[in-house]
Amino acid sequence: MIELVAILRDRVPEAVLAHHAQHGDETVVVAPESLVRVFECLREEPELAFDMLMDLTAVDHSERADGPGDPRFEVVYHLYASTHGHRLRVKVGVAEEACELDSLAPAWPAADWMEREVFDLYGIRFRGHPDLRRILLYDGFEGHPLRKDYPKTRRQPLVGPCDS
Amino acid sequence: MSEIPRPWTERLPAGDEGQSGRGLHTATQRLNMGPSHPATHGTVKFLIELDGESIVDLDVQVGYLHRGFEKECESGTWYQAIPYTDRLNYNSAILCNLGFCLGVEKLLELETPERCQWLRMLAGELARVGDHLTRCGATCLELQAMTPFLYGIEARELTWDLLEALCGARVTSNWVRIGGVRHDLPEGFGDACRDKLARIRRLLADFDAVVSRNRIFVDRLKGTGVLSPEDCIRYAVTGPLLRAAGVPLDLRKSEPYLRYEEADFDVPVGEVGDNYDRYLVCLEEMQQSLRIVEQCLRQLDRMGPGPVDADDPRVRWPAKDRVFNRMEEMIQQFKGVTEGPRVPAGEAYQAIESANGELGFYLVSDGSERPVKVRCRPPSFLNLQPLPEMVRGGLLADLIPTFDLINMIGGECDR
Repeated sequence: MIELVAILRDRVPEAVLAHHAQHGDETVVVAPESLVRVFECLREEPELAFDMLMDLTAVDHSERADGPGDPRFEVVYHLYASTHGHRLRVKVGVAEEACELDSLAPAWPAADWMEREVFDLYGIRFRGHPDLRRILLYDGFEGHPLRKDYPKTRRQPLVGPCDS
Repeated sequence: MSEIPRPWTERLPAGDEGQSGRGLHTATQRLNMGPSHPATHGTVKFLIELDGESIVDLDVQVGYLHRGFEKECESGTWYQAIPYTDRLNYNSAILCNLGFCLGVEKLLELETPERCQWLRMLAGELARVGDHLTRCGATCLELQAMTPFLYGIEARELTWDLLEALCGARVTSNWVRIGGVRHDLPEGFGDACRDKLARIRRLLADFDAVVSRNRIFVDRLKGTGVLSPEDCIRYAVTGPLLRAAGVPLDLRKSEPYLRYEEADFDVPVGEVGDNYDRYLVCLEEMQQSLRIVEQCLRQLDRMGPGPVDADDPRVRWPAKDRVFNRMEEMIQQFKGVTEGPRVPAGEAYQAIESANGELGFYLVSDGSERPVKVRCRPPSFLNLQPLPEMVRGGLLADLIPTFDLINMIGGECDR
């Protein structure tokens, strides 16, 4: 883990904001500006070789017990190295006001649908995504239901067929 | 003098000769397939750009079965999320229970007893057999072959009979619990299971004899829907699809959970990653799962009766006679039922090898009785994503077996 962080710090200085290994899950928190370069480094460095983007999701920290999270959202990536068999979690904070992050989809095709899902359910926009539209919900749905301030009981009428 | 009309093909702008390459003008057409189509077992819509019968491009539209799984889980207790996991992949609900419960146990740092782990493996492998049977059977059905489908479904009924004896439900099991399982084996389960395993093996042999070398079936599957190992990695495709492409990645081997380290089984791999390889990999995986089931039965016999729950007051309810006669235990029971365990603040990602591939749960807790986040990493969702890569340039008819062998399960894909 220390080695991984050292490699990352060497290749992309200022990228790693924090790191921990809770329950054995290696985790690094990186700065949003260096996200794309961090992922490039994680894939290209032969000792790291994280080639599979297994999961991409977000967490809304606005109802955290110790006060609202800052920044409000956290986008969470899970990586797997198919040759070495190790895993890594990468987390990036996303502020509520801008609500934007660089897209990984151009370089990581696996991110395409998962970024669309995060956009759909959390309203986080991914800069540079080739086709950012809703995926699980329909066009015309109002709001982003996995945000903590979206009431579970809210009902929305199903709109008619949309053109696509 | 009037102008001699030129042939219509010459009137077209240069370079617009269509895909046929014969100099004829062809126009592509758009075809909507789904969301409810008799040849797809799954609710999904394909928007297909067709040139004659060839697929030029494809947009896969998912989400028709979105029920707000994550939102529902966030609003209940940790226990109340387990029935929702049943409804993710309803072909192998036990495996979805298992992934979630292992994730919560990781957060609780809880070790389950050995008997419980073998029981979970036994039920999980039976569920995997049922899932693969549905996949292979439905593929035959949608290629217009009814008989093998019936063989497959008859064998699946046998696995479901066993699961019913184990947990009282055929589909939505709700059997794996945080820190244990709901029941130990019912009486006489071992013999009934061995008897049914023999019948399943006979049906699989019939299935194999009817299908695997059938000319029509082989022609439809060989060389269609190919996805290279590199593309599988790029798209984070896992499970039988990845192994059919020749990558021997199986979490039961690479990151063993439960007692898979002690089990003796092989991981079949394919060579070219086409539909036929996928079918063969699934067929062989069923045989391997049956082997694991037998080993589980042997281990459970060897062990004899024992606890199937972790002895931890956070997840285990006190004995009924104590609940009725003592105040503390009554309070513990009450808190256990209404709140369930309070999971320590933190985050964990737990992945298991489900029938479709890596089923991961990313759980975040703030220390209260309700989860902050229950993310399910759905294997069907990610396996379906490269479908356009698999079918582009192929025939429309090849979309059917390709989609079938991906085994997209709406409940899991759309959550």
